[in-house]
Amino acid sequence: MKNLDSIFAAYALGWGVFFVFYLSVARRTSALRGEIERLKNSRGK
Amino acid sequence: MANRAIWGALVVLLVIAAAYASFFIAPTENSMGEIQRIFYLHAASGWAGMTAFFVCFVANIFYVLRRKQKYDWMGVSAAEVGLAFTTVLLITGPIWAHPVWGIWWTWDARLTSTFILWMLYIAYLLLRGMVEEPDRRALLSAVFGIFAFIDVPLVFGAIRWWRTQHPQPVIMGGPGSGLEPTMRNVFFFSVLAMHALMVLLLSERYRLEKTRDEFLEVQREAEAG
Repeated sequence: MKNLDSIFAAYALGWGVFFVFYLSVARRTSALRGEIERLKNSRGK
Repeated sequence: MANRAIWGALVVLLVIAAAYASFFIAPTENSMGEIQRIFYLHAASGWAGMTAFFVCFVANIFYVLRRKQKYDWMGVSAAEVGLAFTTVLLITGPIWAHPVWGIWWTWDARLTSTFILWMLYIAYLLLRGMVEEPDRRALLSAVFGIFAFIDVPLVFGAIRWWRTQHPQPVIMGGPGSGLEPTMRNVFFFSVLAMHALMVLLLSERYRLEKTRDEFLEVQREAEAG
């Protein structure tokens, strides 16, 4: 299969972008959730 | 939570199935050969990105008219998601172009208008980062987003109105254009998969905005006493 390396690079980079974006959204959401819990707990004390 | 996991798994399966179809079901294109298989990811990502920018545009209009926070959240979410898909479009394009054209990039109307679109939505996000007051930030970015969307019809029309290095349209391209039936089916299946992925990412990104709002509310309450 000619140009297999280019096809592989295109699909790997493409999926990589989506995966990194999903991961960044999940991490930002999780960090905020953690902060919300921390604030709620500090108010409860 | 369970619904989100099921929906996420379905989208992943759909994207894997689209990749399988692109590699093993779509026939090899006669003149370009195997490298043309990038088309199914490249063009489908482009379509999904334009849909996300359209969602952003509609949300921006609704924000200007109604000033409801949810439209601002949807606007910024769709802009980020559209930017991710356009990034994939701009990465996969040169990888496909290099073996076929002998160059990675050229400043023709289609490539230039797409690059400008990418820059416009980066500017949209940068603008949001520069304005602190929430209502002002939402209004300014909504107005900017409405004008940024003007580039989307230019991207669509560039290969129809001007002579470009980029190939002429194979979908909605008029007489003489078109795809071989199996290629067309695989392409529309890829478009469906990319749109499902776009909706998934959009809903996750929107959830982040809701969580941010909840955080600000709890923070305000904590500061008040």
